[in-house]
Amino acid sequence: MNKFTKDIRINILKLTYKAKSSHIGSCLSIVEILAVLYNKILKRKDRFILSKGHAALALYCTLYQKKYISLKTLNSFGSNKTILMNHVSHKVNGVEFSTGSLGHGLPVAIGKAIKFKINKEKNKVYVLMSDGEINEGTTWEGLLFASHHKLDNLNIIIDYNKLQSMDFVKKVINIEPLKSKFLSFGCNVKVINGHNITAINNALIRSAKNKPNVIIANTVKGKGVSFMENNNLWHYKNPNLEDLKRSLLEINKKYA
Amino acid sequence: MRKLFIKQLTKLNRRKKNYLIINDLGYSVIEPFKNKFPDRTFNAGVSEQNMMGIAAGIASENSNVFVYSIANFSTFRCAEQIRNDVDYHNLPVTIISVGSGVGYGNLGYTHHALQDYALMRSFPNMQILSPGNNNELIAVLNFIQKNPQPSYLRLDKTEHEEIKFKTIKVNPGAIIKLIEGNKKKIILTTGSVQNLAKSIRIKNYNKYSLYSMPIWGMKAKNKVKNIIKKFDEVITIEDHFYDGGFGSWIKECIDDSKIKTIIKSKFIKNKVINEVGSKEYLLKKYGPK
Repeated sequence: MNKFTKDIRINILKLTYKAKSSHIGSCLSIVEILAVLYNKILKRKDRFILSKGHAALALYCTLYQKKYISLKTLNSFGSNKTILMNHVSHKVNGVEFSTGSLGHGLPVAIGKAIKFKINKEKNKVYVLMSDGEINEGTTWEGLLFASHHKLDNLNIIIDYNKLQSMDFVKKVINIEPLKSKFLSFGCNVKVINGHNITAINNALIRSAKNKPNVIIANTVKGKGVSFMENNNLWHYKNPNLEDLKRSLLEINKKYA
Repeated sequence: MRKLFIKQLTKLNRRKKNYLIINDLGYSVIEPFKNKFPDRTFNAGVSEQNMMGIAAGIASENSNVFVYSIANFSTFRCAEQIRNDVDYHNLPVTIISVGSGVGYGNLGYTHHALQDYALMRSFPNMQILSPGNNNELIAVLNFIQKNPQPSYLRLDKTEHEEIKFKTIKVNPGAIIKLIEGNKKKIILTTGSVQNLAKSIRIKNYNKYSLYSMPIWGMKAKNKVKNIIKKFDEVITIEDHFYDGGFGSWIKECIDDSKIKTIIKSKFIKNKVINEVGSKEYLLKKYGPK
């Protein structure tokens, strides 16, 4: 698993450098969550929606590791004619749903979950959201509905890296106390370290009955590269060659 | 037209592939479907964006979803969910808006649907279903059941008298003859203004033929161009603003070509209506003449 997450991080860094794209911090904070989902959790008929569509590259790199897309396709990121949009696209093999505008993934996941319930199918639906999406009205509209319909086949993971587009979450719009907000909406809530493979796995395999499951994953934006961690500059900036070399050295050392 | 819509939707759901989602309205209208298919009916509460996202989610799992609401709630209130979740993914969601034009006359500007064509015709995969009588309503529902895709069903709030049932075939961009007249000069309507169009015809265009176009949208533009170019004059009539409406759409269809057809459009005045009254009053004062 260490090698898996290391390779994803290396590809994220290299391709962001090559494409001169944004959102490297948002990609690096969800690597372990994606690794656990794709290696241990997702079964054939399960559904996964990346609602924080701006972290598309992290998902494309994961899909490459899992052989959904070829190296050639992955390396087309950032070039003309590529299907790898910088906001995740359903035209890419293995991607369930296109997102990019925040607050869209949860209602769609709820639609899928309720369909499975009606059909008495055992499939589960997983949706990965950003902490910025907590600002969206659809998050709370969706939770009311999911809780009312007792959608225990719905698993909502919050990538709580505490940094949104312009500043720290607590300085933009404070969302705390987050856990009690979800509890008061009738959800089963777990708070975990979102970079700990075992913790993520344990949280995802045990779900509550008759309630939607929410996992608040405490993460670090830019995780793995010291000068990117907790620094909002890396929501926008792409690494120059020097930044790339330094970050690859760090990743190779940390995840050896 | 609401009751006939629900009756037909219930009839068409033998294979239980249709879902109905409402946002806390439709009292004494939707019950026939709800009672027969309780597990296929959801009330999303007063949350239009969530409702449209859920509709897309259900539709993405091999089902047809009908989202029933009134006026602007199922269109403007959740426009981005329609754009990104329904239209971009090309999902079989039919968005129903009851109260076309000034159908909810006394409820005021918030409840009038005067710009909905403008929004819905801007989506590349969207078919606009705008039936003008009961036969057309049945036909467009049959069409969408056979060809599931993103669609917008614009329903007249008024129940139409049961006219003699006649099976008609409708297709995107196709026109249906309502009154035979001049072969080169026609009146063309869409939606629930057929009676108004008939009276305008008698008053000003007595010899013209009268046609309707119950299904249209971006994908049909080329086909419509080839139909319109056969006529010398086309008078369009609609209960919508001119900007972004049906008449301006017809003009767009024949744009940048050498087509000589004269298009004249009759529509609801392009302005915020600051008074209320019955549908008939508002149409008489602000509507097509």
